[in-house]
Order: sequence, then structure tokens, then C-alpha cells
Amino acid sequence: MANTDTLAQEAAAADNPVAGIDQTKGDFSYDVSYAFDAGTGLNEDTVRYISSVKKEAPWILEFRLKALAKFRSMPMPTHWATKDLENIDFDKIRYYLSQGQKPKRTWDEVPDDIKKTFERLGIPEQERKFLAGVEAQFDSEAAYSNIKDIVSKQGVIFVNSTEGLREHPELFKKFFGKVIPTGDNKFAALNSAVFSGGSFIYVPKGVKVAQPLQAYFRINAENFGQFERTLIIADEGAEVTYMEGCTAPKFSTSTLHSAVVELVALKGAKIQYITVQNWANNVFNLVTKRGIAHEEAEIKWIDCNIGSRLTMKYPGVVLKGRKARGEVISIALANDGQHQDTGAKMIHAADETTSNIVAKSISVGQGRSTYRGVVHIPKHLKGCKNNTECDALLINTNSRTDTYPAITVRGDRNYVQHEASVSKVNEEMIFYMQQRGLTEGQAMSLAVNGFINDLARQFPMEYSVELKRLIDLEMEGSVG
Amino acid sequence: MSSLVIQDLHVAIGEKEIVKGLSLTINSGEVHAIMGPNGTGKSTLSKAIAGHPDYTITSGDVLLDGASILEKEADERARAGLFLAFQYPSEIPGVSIANFLRAAVQARMAEGEELDATAYYKRLYAKMDMLKIDRKFTSRSVNEGFSGGEKKRCEILQMAMLEPKFALMDETDSGLDIDALRIVSEGVNTLRGPDLGVLMITHYQRLLNYIVPDYVHVMWDGRIVKSGDKSLALELEAKGYDWVKKELALA
Ligand SMILES: Nc1ncnc2c1ncn2[C@@H]1O[C@H](COP(=O)(O)OP(=O)(O)OP(=O)(O)O)[C@@H](O)[C@H]1O
Ligand SMILES: [Mg+2]
Repeated sequence: MANTDTLAQEAAAADNPVAGIDQTKGDFSYDVSYAFDAGTGLNEDTVRYISSVKKEAPWILEFRLKALAKFRSMPMPTHWATKDLENIDFDKIRYYLSQGQKPKRTWDEVPDDIKKTFERLGIPEQERKFLAGVEAQFDSEAAYSNIKDIVSKQGVIFVNSTEGLREHPELFKKFFGKVIPTGDNKFAALNSAVFSGGSFIYVPKGVKVAQPLQAYFRINAENFGQFERTLIIADEGAEVTYMEGCTAPKFSTSTLHSAVVELVALKGAKIQYITVQNWANNVFNLVTKRGIAHEEAEIKWIDCNIGSRLTMKYPGVVLKGRKARGEVISIALANDGQHQDTGAKMIHAADETTSNIVAKSISVGQGRSTYRGVVHIPKHLKGCKNNTECDALLINTNSRTDTYPAITVRGDRNYVQHEASVSKVNEEMIFYMQQRGLTEGQAMSLAVNGFINDLARQFPMEYSVELKRLIDLEMEGSVG
Repeated sequence: MSSLVIQDLHVAIGEKEIVKGLSLTINSGEVHAIMGPNGTGKSTLSKAIAGHPDYTITSGDVLLDGASILEKEADERARAGLFLAFQYPSEIPGVSIANFLRAAVQARMAEGEELDATAYYKRLYAKMDMLKIDRKFTSRSVNEGFSGGEKKRCEILQMAMLEPKFALMDETDSGLDIDALRIVSEGVNTLRGPDLGVLMITHYQRLLNYIVPDYVHVMWDGRIVKSGDKSLALELEAKGYDWVKKELALA
């Protein structure tokens, strides 16, 4: 295992400085001593190492090893997805890093380095105070968590995945890997083999969690893949909102992020999962997110992807019980050299289930956006409804956008509506705004913010502000 | 006092020359009207002065207070005090009038200076009242789904909020109903004063009854071919452009 010294050396050898503060937001890093490190490359030993560091039960190690075999046996999905996936060098990736710290309880106990990181993430002062109620992940392990003290009074369990599997196996084992089976796709298998970090949440019957549960993730070491695993269970009639935000520093070599998020909304429960991500443009962000909505339950994914080299993410809802509702609201911004391959899956499996997909993509320069949607309503069902709307905005003629809506709807007792549009930010509009005194960059970001405005309004206040700021930064950088 | 001086301006779109040597000086406090047949280059002139990237200035100069603005980007010209009320204003989906104007006002402030939101809205509402624009419009997207007349009114609202030194108004009267014409004209007259110079492009003498110009110019084939006072507009109305054409042929 590499020790901290060699890590620091490696870091110093990188093109971009790893120590010190870079002025660009999200493009900075701090020296962190990693107490545990699985080295680079992936084999059974890596998996065993991770499992032993985490002091896991044998069944989890077994789960991981099976997943590793699955991962190895599955081909890259390049027959439908981009060939760029072939550029991931799995041998060069670091699969596990931890500071070897237990999650902190109070703000005072949080290392200054980490506090600085939050500061650089631009979390406003009053919210930093609120951070006392934030489960924040710093690299692989939660570096800070305290909200659970607040919500635990309601019987809510909010822990990291390691703790969840260790302390509450009877609760989480039942659904762990069930919504998204290991073999669902190659990257779900990879995650299942090497996962660490992420949140496990259980909300008891009828409990409505008033404040959104939050977690901030970022990648903080070169070549370091991050494999969070999140499982949220809302028991009957429970309600919870989870917010996930990411920024990552830029490093010279590719970084892999491959998370798995499983949601279970039991009868009448409501789960809302909100993501705003701003990845460095060398990150492969390959995420599997799916939820199961039981009778009259509701699952809503709000997913916003900015940055990364390649993002592949299609949040889905399996509408398993009568009158279940599923929704995906997605925003993707692909700048030069970036590919946002996003979409949604709605699998209707009961009568009177409804689903709604609204996807907006923005392609800038050489940026590329792809929408892939699956809406499946089998013939024997009745009274199902789906509405799909995907809109693409192109910011210059080089940008590319593709739409692959696969809607399989059988039977005539169901109702499906599909709309798609592609528009361009036209020069006249930009000139008009410039004539009012806005710079080209400001005009562009206003146009982009306008394009997603109806969706951004559904975000919690601080997230829509953050989103606007991210778009401003992206657009500023995109004009010459 | 400010001046906007257009010196022997030649403007081309692609290879095609549209404005062919036009000179005009506007001082603050003055209202100049430009009339001329369709396709003669009036909008081209106004957009070129405003800095539209498609319009190439092949020769000549435009000076604001003695300094050339041709090297400046459109937004710099705007912030320097130039306003163009568009003949065909663009729609900006998802961006409310209030937010748009706020960004524009903010863009004119020094770095680090914070906009006083309360004062801003107070001023916005006052200008809207002046132009008899319903308050509901503040939350509507800029020009999206506006009627022709509403768009024109919204242009003047922006002009009122941004307080330019020089306003180029391109057919602000077209599309306005009789009442709107009066309201918009009254609005412009309120803004009129020693600190504002106006270049007003119009086809109709009717507008000039409301906003009485100091000078009237006739533009023909990329040039100003005749200048006079407001009576020239009346003469034009009576005799049509053929009259100018004949005079030109004689000259
Ligand atoms: N983007 C463009 N590309 C090509 N030709 C153009 C373009 N814009 C204007 N023109 C041409 O330039 C000429 C002048 O157009 P302009 O719009 O300036 O006329 P105008 O005097 O404003 O006419 P109107 O009274 O109809 O508004 C016209 O022949 C027009 O077709
Ligand atoms: Mg015109």
C-alpha cells in the first residue's frame, strides 16, 4: 500500500498542483493524509482489502467478490454507448481511500482542511452553520455527520453505507442490491465490488422529515475513483428529501465516479432525490440510480449534471404498486470536450401508474448531449400515463444533440405523450442582450438559465442559486 | 452635453454595401427623425452603430463624445450610453423582464456595488406606470408571447430604466394602436430632455405629431439625401418618396 509520502510525491508530479488553493472554484485541493489506501488496480485482493478495512460481515465480502466476477465478465456497453468508455484504464484507478476517521459529531471536531474545502465549495455562512446538520462525505468516508442526531429523534436512521450494513443489517440487507441488481450493468457491478461511502437512510412509517438530508461529495485524489452506495428506504407514508452535491478538483488524468443509488418508497411514501453535480472535465461519471415505488408512493429524481468528461446516468422508477408516481427532472450541460448521456427510465408495472419525464440539455461548443429514455407500459395494464418532454439547447453549430426515446407502450388503455424540441441560442438574442449592456458571457448564461428556468424553480432555493452560479461559471468560460 | 457623430459611414452585410456614406451629428437634447423607403438601410444603420457583429463597417467612423466606438463590443457601447429600441425585439424565454432589466442595471454598476432591490423595483414600477404597463409583466419572459405593441412598449420601458445618452428608436411606432402610440410618445417625451439625444426611425408622420422632431432626414439607398425640419415630414407625406427621387434625379 502506498503511504502518505509516496502519495504526496505522486501528487506533486501531477501536471496540476494538488496542494494549495487554486483560484478556480471546484478546481482546488488540499493535502490530506490518507490512512488507508488500496493502491491502484483492481483484483480480488483489492476487494478483500476494502472489506477488511471496513470490518465487514462475510456476506458483504461475498457480495463484493461475486460482483467483481460479474464486472469482469460483462463487456463494456459500447454497442450502444460511446466508445470513450474504452479509455477508462481500470488498472490505473485507486479504488479505495479513507482518512481512517470515524464520522465527526461536532463542527469543532472537523479538521480545518475539510472546513476550508467546504468554504471553497461556496457554501454560504448561514448554511455552514446549517452544516452542523449535514452528512458530508470527504473522499470515501463521511468526514462529518450530525444531522442524524436531529433526525434520529424521529427514528430516522441516517448513516454511511459501511455503518448501515454493520449496524442495521436486518433493515438494509432486505433491499440492498435488490432495486439495482449487481448485474444490472457493468458499472453497477463495479460499484457493488468496491463501494464505499454513500448514505443509508431509513425513514420509519409515517415520519415526514422536515429538512432535506444532505451530503456533499467530491473527489480529492488523483486517479481516485469514487464509488458511493446509497440506499434510502421510506416506510409506509414516510416522506424524505435527499440532496447530493458534487464539485471536484481538476486533475490531469481521468477519474472515475461510479455510484449506485437505490430508493424504496413503500406504500404511500414520498422520496425526492436531488443532485447537482459539477464534475471536473476529466471525470467519467457513470451512475445507476433507480427507485421502486409501491402503491400510491411517489419517487422524484431531480438530476442536474454539469461538467465531467462523460456522464451516463438514467434515473429510473419502477412503478410497482397501483397509483404509484414517478418523475425525473433532468438538466444536463455539456461544454467543450464533455458528453452528457442522460435520460430516464420509467417501468410501469401496475395499473393507474403515472410518470413524468422532463429533460433539458444544453450543448456548448464541442459539447455533446444525448437523451435516452425508456418508458415501458405492458399491455395488460390500464390507466397508465406517461408524459415525456425533452428539450435541447444548442449554443453553437458544433454542438451535437441526440435523442433516443424508447417508448414501448402496449394496449390502448394507457396514455402517452411525447414532445421534443431542439433550439439554438440565436445570435440575435445574444446581440439583443448585449445591447442592454450584458457581456456575451452574461447574455449566454442568462439565455441558458432562462431555458432551464421552469425546472430550476423546482429546486430548493440554495440549489437553484448554486445551479445558476455553476452555469454562470460555465458560460463565462465558454466565450472567447 | 454629449454628441453622437456619424462620419461618412459605410456598412456592408457580407459583400453587399447597404449604408453608403452617411453623416449625421446628434447632440443631446435633439430629436432627429429618419424616414425612408423600405430596404433603404435604416435598421442596418442603427444596428451597425449598436455594434451588431454581422454588420461590417467598411469605412467611416462613429464617435461618442469625440471618441470612436467602433472598436467596442456591443455591450460596451450600451454601457457607454447607447440604446437601441429594436424594430423586431428578440424573445428571451424563461428570463423575466424584472430579472433581465435588473441584470442590465447591475451591469452598469461598479464592480462590488450592490443593487438596491427595493429601490430598483420602485423605479421599475414607476416607469411601468408611466407607460401604462401592467405589473404582471414584470414576471413575464422578455417579449415572449407579447403582442407587437407590447414589445414596443417594453422597449421603451427598458430605455426608461437604462437612461441612455443616445437612443436609436427603430420604428417604435409600428404595431402600436392609437392609444398605445399616445402613451409611448408621452413616455418618450417625458424622457426627452437636455441629457438625451434621439434618432427616431419611422415611416409615419403621425408619430412626429406626438414626438416633435428638431430635424427630419430622408434616407435613400444608404445615404441621407435630404434634411429639414418637421415640415419636411409633412411634405413627404403629401408628395411621397417619388418626389425625393425626382429631386435626386435632377441634382
Ligand atoms: N442579415 C442580412 N443579410 C442580408 N441582407 C440583409 C440583412 N439585413 C438586411 N439586409 C438587407 O439590407 C437592406 C437594408 O435593410 P434594412 O433592414 O436596413 O432596411 P430598412 O431601411 O430598415 O427597411 P424597413 O423600412 O423595411 O425596416 C435590405 O435590402 C435588406 O434585405
Ligand atoms: Mg428597418
